[in-house]
Amino acid sequence: MALPDAEATLVALADRMRGAVAFDAKFVGMYSGGAWIAERLARTIDGDHPVGFIDASFYRDDFGSKGLKPEVKRTELPFEIEGATIVLVDDVLYTGRSVRAAINELFDYGRPARIELAVLVDRGGRELPIEPTYVGARLAVARDLSVVLSRAADGRLELTTEAAGA
Amino acid sequence: MKIEIANGRVVDPKHGIDRVAPLFVAAGKIAAIGDAPPGWSPNRTIDATGLVVCPGLVDLSARLREPGFEYKATLESEMEAAVAGGVTSLACPPDTDPPLDEPGLVEMLKYRARSLNQAHVFPVGALTVGLRGLEITEMGELAEAGCVAFSQAEAPVTDTGVLLRAMQYAATFGHRVWLRPQDAHLAGGGVAHDGEVATRLGLAAIPPSAETIALATIFALVRETGVRVHLCRLSTGEGVAMVRAAKHDGLRVSCDVAAHHLHLCEIDIGWFDAQCRLIPPLRGTRDRAALRAGLADGTIDLVCSDHTPVDDDGKQLPFGEAEPGATGLELLLPLTLKWAAEDRVPLPAALARITSAPAAILGVGAGHLGIGAPADICIFDPGAHWRVVPEALRSQGKNTPFLGLEVPGKVRMTLVGGQVVYEG
Amino acid sequence: MRNPQLNAAGELTHLLTLEGLPAEVIVRILDTAVPFASIAERDVKKVPLLRGRSVFNLFFENSTRTRTTFEIAAKRLSADVINLNIGVSSTSKGETLLDTVDNLVAMNADMFVVRHSQSGAPHLIAAHLDRTGNGHVHVVNAGDGRHAHPTQGLLDLFTIRHYKKEFRRLTVAIVGDVLHSRVARSLIHGLTTLGVPEVRAIGPKTLLPTAVHALGVHVHHDMREGLKGCDVIVMLRLQSERMKGALLPSAGEYFKHYGLTAEKLAYAKPDAIVMHPGPMNRGIEIDSAVADGERSVILPQVTFGIAVRMAVMSMLAGG
Repeated sequence: MALPDAEATLVALADRMRGAVAFDAKFVGMYSGGAWIAERLARTIDGDHPVGFIDASFYRDDFGSKGLKPEVKRTELPFEIEGATIVLVDDVLYTGRSVRAAINELFDYGRPARIELAVLVDRGGRELPIEPTYVGARLAVARDLSVVLSRAADGRLELTTEAAGA
Repeated sequence: MKIEIANGRVVDPKHGIDRVAPLFVAAGKIAAIGDAPPGWSPNRTIDATGLVVCPGLVDLSARLREPGFEYKATLESEMEAAVAGGVTSLACPPDTDPPLDEPGLVEMLKYRARSLNQAHVFPVGALTVGLRGLEITEMGELAEAGCVAFSQAEAPVTDTGVLLRAMQYAATFGHRVWLRPQDAHLAGGGVAHDGEVATRLGLAAIPPSAETIALATIFALVRETGVRVHLCRLSTGEGVAMVRAAKHDGLRVSCDVAAHHLHLCEIDIGWFDAQCRLIPPLRGTRDRAALRAGLADGTIDLVCSDHTPVDDDGKQLPFGEAEPGATGLELLLPLTLKWAAEDRVPLPAALARITSAPAAILGVGAGHLGIGAPADICIFDPGAHWRVVPEALRSQGKNTPFLGLEVPGKVRMTLVGGQVVYEG
Repeated sequence: MRNPQLNAAGELTHLLTLEGLPAEVIVRILDTAVPFASIAERDVKKVPLLRGRSVFNLFFENSTRTRTTFEIAAKRLSADVINLNIGVSSTSKGETLLDTVDNLVAMNADMFVVRHSQSGAPHLIAAHLDRTGNGHVHVVNAGDGRHAHPTQGLLDLFTIRHYKKEFRRLTVAIVGDVLHSRVARSLIHGLTTLGVPEVRAIGPKTLLPTAVHALGVHVHHDMREGLKGCDVIVMLRLQSERMKGALLPSAGEYFKHYGLTAEKLAYAKPDAIVMHPGPMNRGIEIDSAVADGERSVILPQVTFGIAVRMAVMSMLAGG
């Protein structure tokens, strides 16, 4: 099936968030795709939206079978989590396990007032009861494919598929 | 019992015999080689086609672990190992528990060994009481009980004065003294050769000077006392050179090397393999080359096995805590053959190193096939290779750095006094 | 020789020594330690990576410092930690070293952190585990005799990388009792593997191994000469036993020739860093003023030590 244009989808996502998201919501982007999107959203949505980044590798549930992935990045949250309104941002929402890990990590930093979830693309196939608050586009994708967001040198975002497990 | 060994290649280094010929045994002695004795009618004929028929091997150092160390090995198992290895005469060091410093212990050991009717056992008595290096033993009594020489095994005599007097006393009566050239202080608590491997692995080291300084001391004492000394287990290239020079100067000393030192060096320790925890330690490649050259040119008189069975518990320990030693009776022949093949040493010369040469040091009439000599014979297949695995060894000591390797030379039959004591 | 630390897929299954570890593996450990270092700055200093796993600290040689840092590291990974101080010799209890190991494996140990006074003890344990079908139990060497202290070597490398960024242009000096030092051996292997062009060993002949050149170092007996142009100075601890073994006459003479003072430090580069694995003997190998001075990174070493050990344990336990 044809993938939507990433840039257009990002515009759609921002439109849905504008006016709905809290004025002082803090955006936390999940590396790497979610981080790029969080930065772009913070620039186009009015309000006081500081951006942080999260690598939930240490909280994943597949450590026992897959081990640590080689490049674990530093989680950087330059603001208080305690009592904050957080918008967790990811590129592709699938099983929901990555989001679960990120939420667990956020709670180790403090107790937020609320967490909302913004995703560029929801491809269904949930294995946990997790639903996005804001969605750019919904897709149906075969199980043997991964949906991947990439960023060109000039900053343009693009969605592609590749074989799962690649 | 009349036995004819037919079609074998008879090699007797002492008498310069090396030809395919029948060998005739009667009344426990060598009756003839080549032409049958008059009226010959054998009770048994052994077909030795393709095999070598040589004197039973003489091993100058094999620990039988009795008395005192029966949990490591027993006389029964080790004597079986000896004949399985073609060894018909062996000398055992005095470091039993208690050490062989009392005639009663020596007699008991000889009696036990004799009753097994296998190899001849020649005990080496302790030079000092308890091997403590302080008081000399009753060498006269011990010699009467059967000791062929006196030694300290691995125990040092740190007081040079005591060593001098022990050698003087031995010289008075013509006793031989066998000594390990190792300076106790320089060796310290060392467990490996002072080279690259010990440096990398952080092992306490024994410098080559521990051997060379001890050799210099021993040579000086030999010149002074006139005692007959045999040096046990050379390990350094410098040591070989010193012995060569001393012999050239007319000093009456002999020396040996342990079979495993001909083949292994420090790098074989790998990641702390305790099978390579040996005394003396495995040294560098140049030392190994010098030992091999020394054995070939006669500077080193003979090879021994230094057979030391150690149980698994003794080896499954960190390197520095592991018990030193390797099993060796069944590897004496193969390791000697391997050296000879690699360095192109003719078979009779190689076999001399484990038959006539050690017999000469022991001062016994073994290690040759002269007419009238006891029929102690080893029949082996020089072309057969076998893999060193625990099941292939009769010794209770399965501790060998050669585990898993293929070695040449399979003993097919061993006779002692004309009796077949091993058939493989 | 097969490297006993790596499995068939080239992944780390034991950490026994830095010798023979490929550079990529060492760099991966250092990279993995970076995010772990930031966890120390949070309120909740735990991540759930090793939850449900049992880490046994098997210390046959006493060391509260090292044991504590391993304990902290394991607990920050949410592992269960059991401390066993077996004292000087397990054989004094009649039980062999490997028997003790077998008993603990039967209690579902996932990882052993082993410190032993004999070089090669962790290798023995790892080989035994692999041979008895317990290859899933990982061994971390916390210091064996004079042989290796790989986590210390790694945290020293991490510290150097943190302050100096690039290894390939450095001159590093290791000062003191290299002969008896597992810290020195591990660091030297790590530095040469990562391409440090000049590693120097500075000390008296009695405290340097005979074949020290085999390790790939340049030897200096004159400390001032040896410190010229150095970017990193690692001071080794001098143990009091060395004065008894006829290796050194006195602590005073040692300090005069080989103690790090501001005057000697001036021979190194102006931005050189001073390291020490600890615990320090002030006034014997290092002057207090230098130990507490601005070039000293001795305290950060300790913090990095926890992150590095967390990285090692999680790399071993994963997959």
